[in-house]
Amino acid sequence: MSTTTEDRIAHEPAPAARRNRIKPSMSGRAPQDTPAGKWTYLLLGLTFLLSIYPIYWMFVIATSTDAALAEIPPKFLPGGEFMKNLDEVFSLQDVYFAESLVNSVIVSTVITVSVLFFCSVAGYAFAKLRFRGSRILMVMVILTLTVPNQLGIVALYILMGYMPGEGGWNGSLLAVIVPGLVSAFGVFYMRQFILGAVPDELIESGRVDGATTMRIYWSIVLPAVRPALAVLGLLTFVGSWNDFQWPLITLGGTDYPTSMVALFDLASGNYVLYRRVLAGAFVATVPLIILLFVGGRQIVRGIMEGAVKS
Amino acid sequence: MRGLSHRLHRFDVKQMPYVLIAPFFILFTIFGLFPLIFNGVVALRTWRLDDPAQDGWAGLANFERLLTDEDFWNALYNTFGIFVLSTVPQLFLALCVAFLLNRRLRGQTWFRVSMLLPYITPLTASTLVFLVVFGRDTGVANWVLSLFGMDSPIDWRAGKLQSWVAIATMVNWKWIGYNALLYLSAMQTIPRDIYEASALDGASSWKQLWRITVPMILPVVIFTVVLSTIGGLQLFTEPMLLDSNPASASGGSNGEWQTIAQLIYKVGWKNLNLGYAAAMSWALFLIIVIVAVVNTLVTNRLGGGKR
Repeated sequence: MSTTTEDRIAHEPAPAARRNRIKPSMSGRAPQDTPAGKWTYLLLGLTFLLSIYPIYWMFVIATSTDAALAEIPPKFLPGGEFMKNLDEVFSLQDVYFAESLVNSVIVSTVITVSVLFFCSVAGYAFAKLRFRGSRILMVMVILTLTVPNQLGIVALYILMGYMPGEGGWNGSLLAVIVPGLVSAFGVFYMRQFILGAVPDELIESGRVDGATTMRIYWSIVLPAVRPALAVLGLLTFVGSWNDFQWPLITLGGTDYPTSMVALFDLASGNYVLYRRVLAGAFVATVPLIILLFVGGRQIVRGIMEGAVKS
Repeated sequence: MRGLSHRLHRFDVKQMPYVLIAPFFILFTIFGLFPLIFNGVVALRTWRLDDPAQDGWAGLANFERLLTDEDFWNALYNTFGIFVLSTVPQLFLALCVAFLLNRRLRGQTWFRVSMLLPYITPLTASTLVFLVVFGRDTGVANWVLSLFGMDSPIDWRAGKLQSWVAIATMVNWKWIGYNALLYLSAMQTIPRDIYEASALDGASSWKQLWRITVPMILPVVIFTVVLSTIGGLQLFTEPMLLDSNPASASGGSNGEWQTIAQLIYKVGWKNLNLGYAAAMSWALFLIIVIVAVVNTLVTNRLGGGKR
């Protein structure tokens, strides 16, 4: 294999003469069994740089003075102003940045824990328990996967206005948390996983021993589905942390935003300083980078297994 | 006593499954399904946030207004422009990256995880960075272009095409790695002996990509096309933040890049006309369904699928 595939891609479009030189992949190995050549590494390296550059650039500006933005060629190394910029972000009135971080942690944590619990019990019921209508109800879950919820956003806002309590739920964290407490994707994903991970015999033997449905869930199902819980938990946390449109509508203009809404406020107004904006953006990004660092393997697996709707 | 425990057991077997699935169905019905349906009712009414007294049936007035609303057609045009500029390169490049990843790699897991950096970055945060990158006077994008010999800097907010390109770049950056992983997982399920057979026939690996790999992963390609149609037509965060004053939701001084989702927000929560915003949501829903179906058919045809 003197001519590697990577060679060819890199030189596309190939001139006719070159095209004739292309040799068949004679080994007959599937691509995933073929060792990568230097061009593959080079191009993947380039992809990596393009992926990380905006995040790195965010850090560079976040740690610099106003002058850094005007430098040409662009400033490459971070400066030493991060704490000062951050301090300004936190002390800005009308932005409520510190509160927003706390709110985001509350919202994402509550939603994640709730999704994990409700979706795993429902997935368990659909995968392993027999009850009338289970098939049609599961079809309904799958159908709801395809409906973009955003389209009901106007009506959701009106509905929140009628919720119990003074003035309804708009402007309170409840409006952001409660609709996120369950997810159709979570039910579907847990069901698929439980079908494969928990043998029927195990459930049967639990029944014979006189264990209740919930007892079987705690001692047999839950330990077996921990990997799936990790995947679903990470994807759910990331999704709710990053959610923007609905929180902006219901929490925008209040003194109780999530961090995404606070970033929007930081970037609005007449006097926007990007070293501040990006210092805030960086702070709101760090928790997720840590999550990717810790649970990247699980997230990749979740996505590759078809975990797509977050 | 025996009777009670028997009854409990019966409950556990017969009713418990319903108890377990009830939270999902109850919450989903209230906060997912009901708003979708109720949205249709709101669209047929006059529903103003600033003047609740005006409340009443409006018939099809909101929809009629839609047909002649220049802002709506402009937003529709923008949405489609950005959609095309983002989806086509995004899925093609994702295919290329998946092709690169589908080798025996050293540091395989590391490469895969790193592809998710853009996916995991909050959309608001990355959009704010791109805002600086696409600055007119000192932005990195213009600097890079100047290295390639472009002498007059582009004002990325000054016209439709350049603002669409800027937004499409943000969308592509975010989603290429994610889609690449979806393609990669499909590529790895292709039976190995198919490659062996085609190697015997003398197919090059470039040919293998187009003759074996792409047709075999076609279902996933269609899936990503549908996903990016649903996501792309609801584009909101990027166009919102590109504005020099994001809170205005105007998408440029002349609505150069105002998308439908952004217009819905503006009509509903800036102009306080929820009835009209609801009608727009229904129109968007219809458009998404039509485009998703058309795209599926086209992809299927292009990918060599039957029918």
